[in-house]
Amino acid sequence: MIADFFFVLFAVMAIGGATAMVFARNPLASLLYLVMAFFALSGIFVLLDAHFIAAVNLIVYAGAIMVLFLFVIMLLNLGRTAKPDLRGPLYRMLGIAVAGAVFGLLLVMLRGGHATSMAGGMGQATMDAMLQSQGAVGVVAEPMFRSYLVPFEITSLLLLVAIVGAIVLSRQKAP
Amino acid sequence: MDIETYTLIVSALLFTIGTAGVLLRRNAIIMLMCIELMLNSVNLTLVVFSRSLGIEAQVFVFFVMAVATAEAAVGLAIIIAIFRHYELVDVDRFNLLKW
Repeated sequence: MIADFFFVLFAVMAIGGATAMVFARNPLASLLYLVMAFFALSGIFVLLDAHFIAAVNLIVYAGAIMVLFLFVIMLLNLGRTAKPDLRGPLYRMLGIAVAGAVFGLLLVMLRGGHATSMAGGMGQATMDAMLQSQGAVGVVAEPMFRSYLVPFEITSLLLLVAIVGAIVLSRQKAP
Repeated sequence: MDIETYTLIVSALLFTIGTAGVLLRRNAIIMLMCIELMLNSVNLTLVVFSRSLGIEAQVFVFFVMAVATAEAAVGLAIIIAIFRHYELVDVDRFNLLKW
């Protein structure tokens, strides 16, 4: 099945890119591995019929936010291979243990809640019908501008505050 | 198992890798990048559950993206401000507020 093949491909790309990001010594290499992981995640979004989310993920995450990180790495002149900044052996074992505990917790939640939550689902046929009648954008836009209009407006306020905060924090002091 | 279950496992793995990155690295920029990865793995979970529990979950993906953008902008601005003072981005060296 071709969808299964692409799912495995994207999953391996995402997990491999994320792992390489954590262990790369050059921050620029880290960033590019993360972009690769985000591309693969967009592919998985397409396989899950979330086409608009996939496009927005590519444009906003892999495009805008990653370029912002790239700008900062270039601006601070960190783009060369530095000495390894992984923490020491004790802290490293502790960190891996905590991460493993998080993964175990997530798997326990998956085993416990998944079967019941999927049972009352709307199913592939309903999903296809909705995509067919409203389009990939309309499916998301309809609840967003009907039920969640106020949170949407508050989000714009959040972005405004973030813009002002970023400018205030990062500008040069007046001479 | 169906594709939803496998995707949830991938999402859990990505979240774990992000957690490990935040805990293991000292470079503040890479820690921010790991947080972005964790947020995106949560997005993946939301998209999976939007298939079964209603399309509203995809609206929350947009809110998560907006929060991630704001966090990246403010976080990077803080890193730039710190770099001006100390000329480094190693979080272990920013210990002025520690005690």
